[in-house]
Order: sequence, then C-alpha cells, then structure tokens
Amino acid sequence: MSRMPSRFLREGRQLPGELEEARQSIEALARSYGLDFFDTIFEMCTYDEINMVAAYGGFPTRYPHWRFGMEFLEMQKSYEYGLSKIYEMVINTDPSYAYLMDCNLVVDQKLVMAHVFGHVDFFKNNAWFAHTNRKMLDEMANHATKVRNAMEKHGTGEVEAFIDQCLSIDNLIDPHGPHIVRRRPIDEDALDSEAPRADIPKMPARDYMDKHINPPDYLEDQRKRRDDEIRRMKGFPEEPVRDVMAFVLEHAPLPRWKQEILRMIHDEAEYFAPQAQTKVMNEGWASYWHTLLMTRHILAPSEVIDYADHHSGTTAMRPGQFNPYKIGLELWRHIEERWNKGRFGKEWLDCDDPVLRRNWDTGAGLGREKIFEIRRTHNDITFLDTFLTEDFCREMGFFTTKFDPKSREWLLDSREFHEVKQGLLNQLASRGSPRIYVVDANHENRGELRLWHDYDALDLQLEWATVTLGNLVSLWGGRPVHVDTRVEGKPVRLTHDGSEMKRQTRKEEE
Amino acid sequence: MLNIDRDLGRFRDIVKGRVRRDLRKYMSSGELIGRKGKETVSIPLPQIGIPRLRYGENKQGVGQGDGDGEGAGEGQEAGDQPGEHALEVELSLEELAEILAEELELPKIQPKGQKNAASDKARYTGITRQGPESLRHFKRTWRQALRRTVSAGDWDPKRPVIIPIKDDKRYRSFEVQKRPRSAAVVIYMMDVSGSMGQEQKEIVRSEAFWIDTWLRHNYDDVETRFVIHDAVAREVDRDTFFRVRESGGTLISSAYKLCLEILTKGFPVSDWNIYPFHFSDGDNWSQSDTRQCVDLLGESLIPMCNQFSYAQVDSQYGSGQFIKDLHEAFGKDERVGLSRIPSREGIMDSIRELLGRGR
Repeated sequence: MSRMPSRFLREGRQLPGELEEARQSIEALARSYGLDFFDTIFEMCTYDEINMVAAYGGFPTRYPHWRFGMEFLEMQKSYEYGLSKIYEMVINTDPSYAYLMDCNLVVDQKLVMAHVFGHVDFFKNNAWFAHTNRKMLDEMANHATKVRNAMEKHGTGEVEAFIDQCLSIDNLIDPHGPHIVRRRPIDEDALDSEAPRADIPKMPARDYMDKHINPPDYLEDQRKRRDDEIRRMKGFPEEPVRDVMAFVLEHAPLPRWKQEILRMIHDEAEYFAPQAQTKVMNEGWASYWHTLLMTRHILAPSEVIDYADHHSGTTAMRPGQFNPYKIGLELWRHIEERWNKGRFGKEWLDCDDPVLRRNWDTGAGLGREKIFEIRRTHNDITFLDTFLTEDFCREMGFFTTKFDPKSREWLLDSREFHEVKQGLLNQLASRGSPRIYVVDANHENRGELRLWHDYDALDLQLEWATVTLGNLVSLWGGRPVHVDTRVEGKPVRLTHDGSEMKRQTRKEEE
Repeated sequence: MLNIDRDLGRFRDIVKGRVRRDLRKYMSSGELIGRKGKETVSIPLPQIGIPRLRYGENKQGVGQGDGDGEGAGEGQEAGDQPGEHALEVELSLEELAEILAEELELPKIQPKGQKNAASDKARYTGITRQGPESLRHFKRTWRQALRRTVSAGDWDPKRPVIIPIKDDKRYRSFEVQKRPRSAAVVIYMMDVSGSMGQEQKEIVRSEAFWIDTWLRHNYDDVETRFVIHDAVAREVDRDTFFRVRESGGTLISSAYKLCLEILTKGFPVSDWNIYPFHFSDGDNWSQSDTRQCVDLLGESLIPMCNQFSYAQVDSQYGSGQFIKDLHEAFGKDERVGLSRIPSREGIMDSIRELLGRGR
C-alpha cells in the first residue's frame, strides 16, 4: 500500500516508526486470513481531534451545523470526566481512513488496527454497503461548500433552520431503496387503454364538417381532462412510498437551494443507514478479528494484561444492557463452531437427544467459510433472526425484562427462547426508525400530505411527532400533514396544520 | 481543523437563547446557585435534539447474565437509546450577566467619580535589543536578520537561509500601565426573626446570587459581607447566612448600626462603591426603632452608598409596615431602592426594581 499524504488533517500525522511496522505486519496477517479491505490510512490524533472527527461522524469536512458542536461538547465532557473514551474511528471510504488516539498504549493501537481491518473488510464486502458512495469524503466537502454558499446568500439563520427541518425527517428514508427499483416508470399506455381516446363522445357530423363541429383542440382538452381524472382516481402516489424524504424532495414546492440541501441530507442519511443496520454484525466481526489476530499472533507477553483489560472493557455487558460488540462477537464464534462441527441441516434440527447434541461433531470444518459468506449478505435483523438459536440463547443467559410500574424497576420477565428472541428483534427494530409511508399526496383533494405508519408493536413518541410533523408541514409548502398510526392499539390520525397537532380516532381500515 | 469551534459557537448561541427564554424559570427555581464555579455557571439543559418520528418507550428489554440477586435486570431500559440525558453546558458569569442585562434591561453601572484606585498592570508592548531568551520576538528577530542579510548582499534566493546573529535579536519588553480599578462592596443584611422561614431565605438566596452576578459583571472587584439580625446583629459567613435558624424578635436598627461599623472600619467611601441590601419581612419591633433606622439611613448610611436597597419578602406573619415607613421617608431619594417580593416568581421583577436604575 502506498502512503498517501493526509487529505484534510494537518501534516505530520503519519504513524511513528514502531506503529508503522506494526501496521504492516497486522495488515499482512489480516490479508493472510482472507480479509479483503480497501487501502486503509491511519492517522494519529489528539483526543480533542478525535472527538471532533467523531462529532462529525468521521468526516472533518462536514457542513456547518450546531449539532456537531453539541456532540463534540458532550464527547469532550464525557472523556474529561473519564466516562468514555473513543479508541478508534474508521470511515467507510476507499481508501478508508482510520484515526488513532495518540495517547493510547501501543498495545491499544495494535488492537485498534486489527479491529479496523475487520471493519473495512465488512464495509467493502457486506452487500448493504454495496451502494454507498466510497468517495464520500469529497461528497461531504461538496455538501459543506453548498451549505456555506447558501448561508452567504440566504443568511446563516435561515439555512440552519431549514437544515433542522430536513434533519427532522432524515430517518424517513427507504433503507432498501438503493438496492432495488421501487418505482416502475408510469405506463402511459396502460392509462390510455382504460380510457381509450376514441371514447370521447363526438357529435355526429359529416367528414367535411367534423373539424368544425368537433374541434380537435376541444377533443384534446377533453382527453386530457379524462386522463387526469383517471390518474387522480388511481391516487397519487399510486403505491405507498417508503422514502418520504425523497418524495418531499420531488414533489414539495421548494426553491432550488432548499432542494439541494434536502437532497444532500437525504444522501447523507442513505450513506449512514447501513452502519446502523449492521451494528451488531459489524462490531462483532471487527472484534472477532482483533481477538483472533491479537491472541494468536500479535501480542507480546508483556502486553497480555493490558490487552485483556481493554478487550474485556469493550465487550463487558452490564446486566440488562445490550452490547453489540459482545453479542456480535459471541454469535460469530457460535456460528463458526456450529459449521465447524457440522451442527446444521435436517439431521441436526431433528435431533432431540441432548447428549447427542452436546457431542455432535461431524468434523465438517466449514466454520470460517460460513462466516465469510454470512458477512456478505446479512444485516442485523436477518443475522439474529437466522442464527440466534436456542442453544446460543441459553449459553448467553439471555432474559427479557419488563418495567414494573409499582416498584419503578426493570424486572426479569422471562427466559423463554421465543420471547427473548422476539424481544431482541423488537429492540433492534425499535432502535431503528418507524416504517412510515406516503399514501396520499393530495388528501381530500386539498394538497394535504397523508402518511401511514406501518404499526407493529410500538407507539410513536408523540411529543417528538408533534414537532416533526410541524417541520414536515413547512417542508410541504404549509399544507397540513396527517399520519395514520395507532396509540395504545387504537387507530388514530395525527394531523398537524402548521400551528398545532390534533388527534382523531379513525376507522380501522382506511 | 477549527470547524468545530464555529459549530460549538453556534451551539452555545442556541444555549444562550434557551437560557434567555427560560430565565424566569432559572431565577425562581434557584437551580443555578449550586452550580456556580469560580468563573462559570454550569447550566443543566435537556439535550437539544433533532425531533424525529421515532418510537416511544420500549416496554420490554432484553438482558444477559444470571439474572439473580442484585442488579438483575435493574437499571436502565435495556438498549442504548440516545438522547434522554441532560447536558451540562458552561456559561461564563460574564455571559450570564449579559443575558440578565438584556432581559431585564439593566443599565450598566457607572462607577462613582474619582473613587477608583489605580492598579499596575504590565503589558508587553515594546521591543528592546536586550532581554531574556524566553521573551525573544521571533518574527522581529528574523526580519532584522533578513534585512541585514539583504543589505550585506549575502542573500541568495536559491538558498534562502537566514541565520540571525546576536545583534539581530529583538525582545519583547513590558511597560507598566496604570489602569483604573473599580471595586465594590456588597453588604447583605437579613432579618432572621421567626417569620423568615425556609422559603423566604431561599428567595433571598436566589436574589443574592443574581445581584452578585450582576455586580461582578460591573466591577473588577466585589467584596461581599453578610449580616444577620434579630434583636441583635452579627456578621457571619455566606454559609451561615443562608442556613442559620430563625428566632427572636426584630430590631432592624441593630443591623444598620453594624453595617455602618463595617463600612467605616474597612471600606472608605473614597475607594469603594457601596451596596447594602437588606432583606426582611418588614415587621419591626417598634415604631421608635423604625424612627431610629430612618435617622441612621438618612444621616449616615445612604450618603455613603451608591444605592441602598431594601427588599421585603412577604411572609404570612409580618405586618409589612417597614417598607411603607421607608417609602414615606425616602420614596423620592434615587439612592434608595425599595422592592416587595411576594413569591419566588417575583424575584425577577424585584431584581429589575433594585438594579434597574444603574447606580
């Protein structure tokens, strides 16, 4: 790999000699195990710098916005109070950039490097990242320029307020959007076939009088009106649209500069989405590789204690807490073991004998191959859904907890496998965003926007919903916005008209 | 590399906006008092989030472990939902005072005439040819060396090396400047008779915090003294002032006498801007004592002060007569500030009444 000069940080951030040697050997080791990553450039940062980079989501060239300042302040505080410390930061680009904190021990730096190669392999090979922009550094810098230009032209306050509105809906995107074509182009012929042009009634007339009695532009007008009517009957959009943000972008009456900013925030949200979708897998994968490389190859005897201390720090799980590093790591190992011992397929699934199961080992040796395969195709939800087995659940001692309103405590509720699994999946899903669709962009034929919440188990947080819908009203040109959802199981329509939100019950099927 | 400073600055502006908006709340709750550091106040804010459509509280969580004994499923909601915790943001007292001034429309205080003692301050403004190496002015030295090299004809653009010699070296030098200093002394007096309960003291405490903040903003140096009185007065420290148990009767003149004594002993009028604040429920023991108070104030105390302030905290026992008597005697004197504080919510208005005249 060639050493490229730093793209945006100041000079002199190259790894010092000792770490550069470590990097080369760790990189070679990682490749020898089949990890396949982009070139990865490591840079040394002070803790202030790494907090700053982290506040910007890994991109020092982001557009100006107050929330980055807030996040920076929070990280800085939490570091200064000794509550948390960022060991590493790596971004999904080609080449990939990773930041090391300069005051860490050498053993920490080695751990982080091994960990980072795991992440970059995941970024490069996992299907959910396939459509992310690997030149995002440049893109982010372009976004920053755009915002700064807009601020010069329209005023910082106005641009910032608009960005706040855009961010308010930046979770209403279609996480599968980049992977499939959702919208077929509108088939004009199909529309026509239901409303054949010949159908427009004509007055009887002789040929030579026809164009006077039935003027062609009149007929054309009639046809157009007819077609519009059909399109309106079909509703707009024709099918529910998951990517609310893109829909607003295409159809809301926004001036050009606002469109550009909205598009930019949409693209950034789409870029970051896969990282949230694969947190458990990705952290688990990187942890799997750093443990393997460190313990088998890299660690010097004098470093073992520090390594063990810091590794267990990242993978510790407080009772009742969910640590993606820990769960991910354990699950990857569990899968590897299963496929190594041939614990899959019909025979394994049909076997009820606990002794047989415990000693099951066909010597299949397919573990490594299997985990490489899984890291290509899965995301967190499918990963847990497919591979979280009853055995694993028991091994890890999972349980569900319930909030007891009387004692105001979280109490153990159940250790039953299906409940635990369902609970875990719900938890993953709830950390994500609710599935919201645009169902009608011309509600009541008054240009109002109607959304539909594909409700499963959890209510929307109503306070936030109020402010969010208010923002959506501004984006949608001031027209009212509705969301059909449920509150405590009852179907409800939330309506925001720009000044306040109202809540109405609605009929079950609408 | 400095992008973050700008974003941080924007965020702090937003925080200041919040504080301004909620100033009345902060003033009546007394929340900030315990959060005062030497030069900053740390302000608790609910995290300012971007509102989004998201799920409400998950009523179920998943944990891991043996689940027995202590800590089983205890603690937070499982998972790591972001953003519910409070954020602490530090504002400097300076910034807080500015917000206070803008919101209450307080005029800046003009320190009294010639009273200000001068203080010396060294400022590094000059350049000399001799000096300690630690004060070497690199740029000037380099420029001098360049000048010498060029004029000597030794300058080689292909090899632009400049080596300063001893003669080229330039050092920073300081000059002592006289700077006017303004100092103020604040004397808080409080009635601790039986009718001044916990709530009344809290109000006084809040009010004193804001008065401190404001006066500190206006003067380089602020000394505070505390006097409590029932039938007799004594000087105490800040802590005692706000904690002492209430008891006894009320002779307000005792406090004014002590105040006068403190001032004549330690704070000559020529050097100090003087601000006595007296808090009471206005229920003096006797009319004759009140007369004595009025005499004391009119003849000795008020002429010394920039402003004498009396704030009467309503309590359910007091007759509240005292403020009426003072009003009668000094109602037209602009050196006297009188204010009634009916409840916590009245603190803001009271501050405005007392400090609003810019004295």
